[in-house]
Amino acid sequence: MSNETNCAIGCAESEQALLDRVRQLLSSYKGQQGALIQALHTVQGVYGYLPLEVQRIVAEELDIPIAEVSGVTTFYSFFSDQPRGKHTIRICLGTACYVRGGVSIMDALQKQLGITVGNTTKDGMFTFEVARCIGACGLAPAMVIDTTIYPQVKPDDLAGIIDSWYKKDEEEGV
Amino acid sequence: MSIYTLKLNTVEDLKELRQSFQESTTGYRHTIYVCGGAGCNSSNSDAIVQALKKAITLRGLSQEVRLVVTGCVGLCAQGPCMIVDPEGVFYGNLTPEKIKMIVDKHLIGGNVIPEYCYQDTVTGEYIPYTKDLPFFSTQVKIALRNVGRIDYSSIEDYIGHDGYFALAKVLNEYGRERTIQEITDSGLRGRGGAGFPTGTKWKSGFDQPEGQKYIICNADEGDPGAFMDRSILEGDPHSIVEALLIGGYCIGANKGYVYVRAEYPLAVERLTEAIQQARDTGLLGEHILGSDFNFDIEIRIGAGAFVCGEETALINSIEGHRGEPRQKPPFPFQSGLWGCPTTINNVETLANVPAIINMGAEKYASYGVGRSKGTKVFALAGDLVNSGIIEIPMGIPLRDIIFKIGGGMKDGKAFKAVQTGGPSGGCLTQEHLDVSVDYESLTQAGAIMGSGGLIAMDENTCLVDTARYFVDFVKDESCGHCVPCRDGTTRMLELLEKITSGQGEMEDLDNLEILARTISQTAMCALGQTSPNPVLTTLKYFKDEYIAHVRDKKCPAHVCTALFTYTIDSDKCRGCTLCARNCPVDAISGEKGQPHVIDASACIKCGTCKQNCRFDAIVLN
Repeated sequence: MSNETNCAIGCAESEQALLDRVRQLLSSYKGQQGALIQALHTVQGVYGYLPLEVQRIVAEELDIPIAEVSGVTTFYSFFSDQPRGKHTIRICLGTACYVRGGVSIMDALQKQLGITVGNTTKDGMFTFEVARCIGACGLAPAMVIDTTIYPQVKPDDLAGIIDSWYKKDEEEGV
Repeated sequence: MSIYTLKLNTVEDLKELRQSFQESTTGYRHTIYVCGGAGCNSSNSDAIVQALKKAITLRGLSQEVRLVVTGCVGLCAQGPCMIVDPEGVFYGNLTPEKIKMIVDKHLIGGNVIPEYCYQDTVTGEYIPYTKDLPFFSTQVKIALRNVGRIDYSSIEDYIGHDGYFALAKVLNEYGRERTIQEITDSGLRGRGGAGFPTGTKWKSGFDQPEGQKYIICNADEGDPGAFMDRSILEGDPHSIVEALLIGGYCIGANKGYVYVRAEYPLAVERLTEAIQQARDTGLLGEHILGSDFNFDIEIRIGAGAFVCGEETALINSIEGHRGEPRQKPPFPFQSGLWGCPTTINNVETLANVPAIINMGAEKYASYGVGRSKGTKVFALAGDLVNSGIIEIPMGIPLRDIIFKIGGGMKDGKAFKAVQTGGPSGGCLTQEHLDVSVDYESLTQAGAIMGSGGLIAMDENTCLVDTARYFVDFVKDESCGHCVPCRDGTTRMLELLEKITSGQGEMEDLDNLEILARTISQTAMCALGQTSPNPVLTTLKYFKDEYIAHVRDKKCPAHVCTALFTYTIDSDKCRGCTLCARNCPVDAISGEKGQPHVIDASACIKCGTCKQNCRFDAIVLN
């Protein structure tokens, strides 16, 4: 998976430069058998999401029909054709987390962020999703922000966690 | 980027490296194994490692204490945790402050600190040694032999623990057919859930005409409540590399794929590193260990689709397509990846392979019972005291897993049900606690072994809601290819939602059962066929609970919010205002010092008032 940060929002790179970079990255997948999903991971990592115009570039570069690119993009939950926040929050609702009160964390976070599941905060900071088990069942209820796992979350912890991400981004000047 | 100038071309090279590694680890007074599994990682085990390093340097102990950051030690509920050898002392819930004390008192002073060790929830007694802890002492670790005992990032540590010697034995001594025979004799069956004999699968791959063949490791561990494969990939990635080499050699494949779900970035990172180390040292590539065998491994990352755990859907996904299952036959061993013969094994199955070659089929088959040989890894989760990863010899009673290893239910609550096998599995009850944990017995009881997720639920769980939860899951994850699964799961969910919202009628129960049976008989792939299992088992074992929802409009466990209300007992309420202040929707009103009242129309039944009330005045109706 690409380690590139999400540049679609708040990144200095111009739109054209970004698309050029997407094309450039795609060139390494050209002619590779079955590379579409891996290519989409990389592109989403750079562009932030996969709108139709980006899907079209993928289709051109990999020389496969746009219908297939679109079919794959919409099939897998990791790919999004809508703009995404800088960070993704996933509340785990796997069985263990569900049994240990994951729903109450979800409810509390909806209130905290002022958005419902599947949406992005107005300031473009967070996209809020539900995960179907992140494999941290021993630590239920759990949530993940990007790749950081938060174990045994309580509704009262949420405000602090959310703040810490704003602070972190501020410090890093992102 | 290679840091390995060392090439391992012969078994002698392996032996030399093993010896030098083992020599390098002797002479220490203590070895500390700090858990760096995903669980402990997220409870900041990094800070523990840093604190240990600092204290060890500060006290001048670098020559006396060896520090190993390992994969999952298993007892996730106690994380961050570590084991101190040679005594075998388990320290849990660590903090950097505790580390300072442990270094001074234990490592220097020689005195174990019991208060930092595991505390029995019933007796309150501290149990310092792993050999006295039922969580550890009941287990037999074969697939997990190295997980929690070696540095996951070190090929030397793996080889120091006999790693790649099974490969050497297979290449130099056994050859393809004897190796397959050995796996067949061990009785190893697919640990991903289906339980198909691995030896038979490999033989079928071997029997296919020579030509391009593939071996795939299925690491798309999607069952909610399951994290066994994750712990193996993160804690002992080389065991998967070695097993794929052995499997590839046996069936005649020169290329292996590992399909890992995108939700496991740490597993991808550690496996990538292991593959690179194996390439650098010549264990992947051409003429492996001086033989004619060439082999390489590629990782493919999923993109969040549960159905891709189904082998034909997985193949489609590796090929870059939508993860929809294919019609069988042809089976993958005949025509799989890009139309070539393909053998697919699950992570845990593969992790057993090098161990079986090293210990011998007979020894492996001495564990287990009947047709279920060897051990099985389980992920314990839910309302248990000890959640985490365990490996048990098959054939022990379910009760031992839940009460001995799992430590019973949290907060002294009563056990109600245990769910095995994820969305394809079933719920078992109190009556089944003495069922033997093996493929046949669990199936007979109405559940399945499944991939190893085991979720225990206490008295506060509503089984109708649990069934609804699983159906909601499969409905979301249905790929939409066949009608029974796509539409059938949606209709099942509608019926269950009708019941949990208090609108159910008695005939809904019959319809639900008919629908469930129809789906299991007509869906195209295993995901669809098994999706009604949670409904069917709960209907069978918890029919009373369904009837209470439908006829009495009651949810006995007080989970289904439409079926109960909160009120305040005016005799008990002191008017302390705590509930009103904490109510998230301001549904509680009253004067200070006077009994309060809940506005039922505004109440969202979150239960915050009940949790906060110190006078037990909040009543569930």
